[in-house]
Amino acid sequence: MTTPRQRLLAVALLAALALAGGLYAAGAFDAPGRAAAGSTARGAAEVAASAAPQPNGLAGDPPPADGTAPVGRPETRAVFSPPDEAAIPAGEFGDVIRRGREIFIDTPRAAPAYVGNSLRCVSCHLDAGRLADASPMWAAFVSYPAYRSKTRSVTTFQQRLQGCFDYSMNGKAPPPGAPELVALESYAYWLATGAAVDPKLPGRGYPALAKPAQTADFDRGEQVYGAQCALCHGADGAGQKTPDGYAVFPALWGPDSFNWGAGMGRISNAAAFVRANMPLGLPGTLTAQQAWDVALYMNSHERPQDPRYAGSAQATRTAFHDTDDSMYGKAVAGQVLGGSGAPKPFKPQQARTQTRPTP
Amino acid sequence: MTHTWQTLLLAAGLFASAGCRADGAAIAQTGAGAAVPACQTCHGPAGEGMAQAGFPRLANLGAPYLQRQLAAFADGTRGNAVMTPIAKALSGADSAAVSAYYAGLPAPTAHQGRAVPASASPAPAAAPSAAASVGATLATRGRWADKLPACDQCHGPGGRGVGGDFPAIAGQGAAYLTNQLTAWKTGARPPGPMGLMAQVAKKLSDDEVRAVARHYAALPAGATP
Repeated sequence: MTTPRQRLLAVALLAALALAGGLYAAGAFDAPGRAAAGSTARGAAEVAASAAPQPNGLAGDPPPADGTAPVGRPETRAVFSPPDEAAIPAGEFGDVIRRGREIFIDTPRAAPAYVGNSLRCVSCHLDAGRLADASPMWAAFVSYPAYRSKTRSVTTFQQRLQGCFDYSMNGKAPPPGAPELVALESYAYWLATGAAVDPKLPGRGYPALAKPAQTADFDRGEQVYGAQCALCHGADGAGQKTPDGYAVFPALWGPDSFNWGAGMGRISNAAAFVRANMPLGLPGTLTAQQAWDVALYMNSHERPQDPRYAGSAQATRTAFHDTDDSMYGKAVAGQVLGGSGAPKPFKPQQARTQTRPTP
Repeated sequence: MTHTWQTLLLAAGLFASAGCRADGAAIAQTGAGAAVPACQTCHGPAGEGMAQAGFPRLANLGAPYLQRQLAAFADGTRGNAVMTPIAKALSGADSAAVSAYYAGLPAPTAHQGRAVPASASPAPAAAPSAAASVGATLATRGRWADKLPACDQCHGPGGRGVGGDFPAIAGQGAAYLTNQLTAWKTGARPPGPMGLMAQVAKKLSDDEVRAVARHYAALPAGATP
C-alpha cells in the first residue's frame, strides 16, 4: 500500500528524473573536453573500430558503425531504444511479431526444422535482440540490403537471416518467405520502430576492438577461460542444459555449437562480443587483451564443418578463411581444425515441450 | 517410459554410491554425534526446508554448491550461528556425503503450506507495468539497461537450477531468498563464484529483492509433471 505522501514523493522523483533526462539529452551534462581528456577510460581507449579493418574483406557484414563512437558506456551515447514489449500490436500482425520473438528466444523449439544445434538467436543477440552492442535486431534491420563480402553480393535482411540458420544455428536456411523468416523479420521490423534507415546506428553489432597489444595467445586464453568462462560454459566448452535439452549456457565449440562458417568463429568478432557482454552479469570486467586471448582460445577448438566446404580444409581455408582472423585449417595440438571432412548431414533438433525459455 | 528410466538410473546410482549415500542419509536423518543434529530437524524430512522459519530447501541442489556452503560455514566466511558449529564438526568426508545425499533427493513436488498460482510464470511478453510483475520481470527478463541479466539466465528456466553450481531457487522460501540477497548486498555472505551474486544483488533495491524472492517462492520446485 502506498500513502499519499509516498505517491507524492514518487511523482516528484519521476519529474526530477524526466528533467535530468531532458537536460542529459540536450547535452547539458557534457563537461567541455571530456572525451579529449580521456576520462571515458578504458572503453574508448581500447576501442577503435577504424583500427580494425578486415584484412581480406571476408568478414561479411556491412562496414561497422561509426568508427569513433565511444563504446562500453552506452549511457554516454544517444542509443536507439526499441519499443516496449507491451506495445506489440493486437491482431494478426502482432501475433506474427510475437511468433518471431518466440523463435528468437527459443530457436530450437520454435523452428526445429531448420536448427542443428541447441543455440538460440538470443545466445548472441542478448535481451531478446534489444541490447545495444550485442548485435541488436533493430540496428540489423535498418542495415540491409547491403553488399556483403561474405556472399560477394547484395544481401537482403531475409537472406541475412537465412545465413544465421546456415552457419550460427548449424542448420538449414528456411526457404524465402517461410513463416519462420516472416516472423523473425516482423519482430526485427517492429523492434526498429522509429529508427532511421542507417547502417551506422550506434550500438549496432559488437563494438570493434583495436588490435591487442600482444598477439592473441592460446595459453593465456585458456587461463582466462578457466577463470572467467568455464563456470557457465563448462571446461569442455559444451555449455550446460536442463534435463530436457534446453541450453541455459550455450555450447562455445564442439558438435552442438555454431559451425565454422559463422561470424562468431571470427576471432575479432568473438573478442568484441566478449569484451562488451561477457561474463554475463559482469560485462566490461575483462581487458581487451583478455577478450582477444579467450576469443582465440574458443575459436581454436573443433566445431561443425563449414557448409561451404571445398573438398579439403586447406581449400576451404583458401576460399573463405584466409586471414589472421580465423583458425580454420590451422593445426592446434596436432589436429587440423576443420580437418574432419565433408559436413555432416543436417539433423533437425528434437522439439522439447516443457522448458520455459529465457530471453 | 520416462519413469522406468528414472527408476533404473536411480537404482544404478544407489548401487554405485551405496557407501557414500548411506553416510549422507544417516547424517541427514540422525545426525553425527553431539555437535551435529539431524539435518532434517530444520531442513525437513525430504530436504524441502521450512519456509516460514527461513530454513532453506536442500533437496536437489547441486553437490558442489552445497559443499561450498558447508565449507564457508565452517571457516566463518558465511556467518550463521546455527550452521557454523555444525559445519565445523563435520569431517570433509561427512560434508561430501551429506551434500551428495541432498543433491540426489528429488526436487520437492508440492509446496508445504504455500499456495501455487495456476500460472506461476508470466507470459513472455507480459506488460511489466504492474507492481506485482516486478519480481517476474527481473526473474525472466532482468534489467539490461543496468546490465542486469534475468535470474533465470543462470538459475535456469523457472529457477529450477542448472548443473552443480547454479542452485535451484524455485520453491525456496521467500524469507530465505530475501535474507540471502540482502546478505550479498551488504557483504555478509561471500560473493560466490566469480563474485556474481554480489554484483547482481547490489543492482536490486530492497523492494525488488522482496519481489523477486516472492516470485521464486511461489514457483514449483520441480518440473511440471
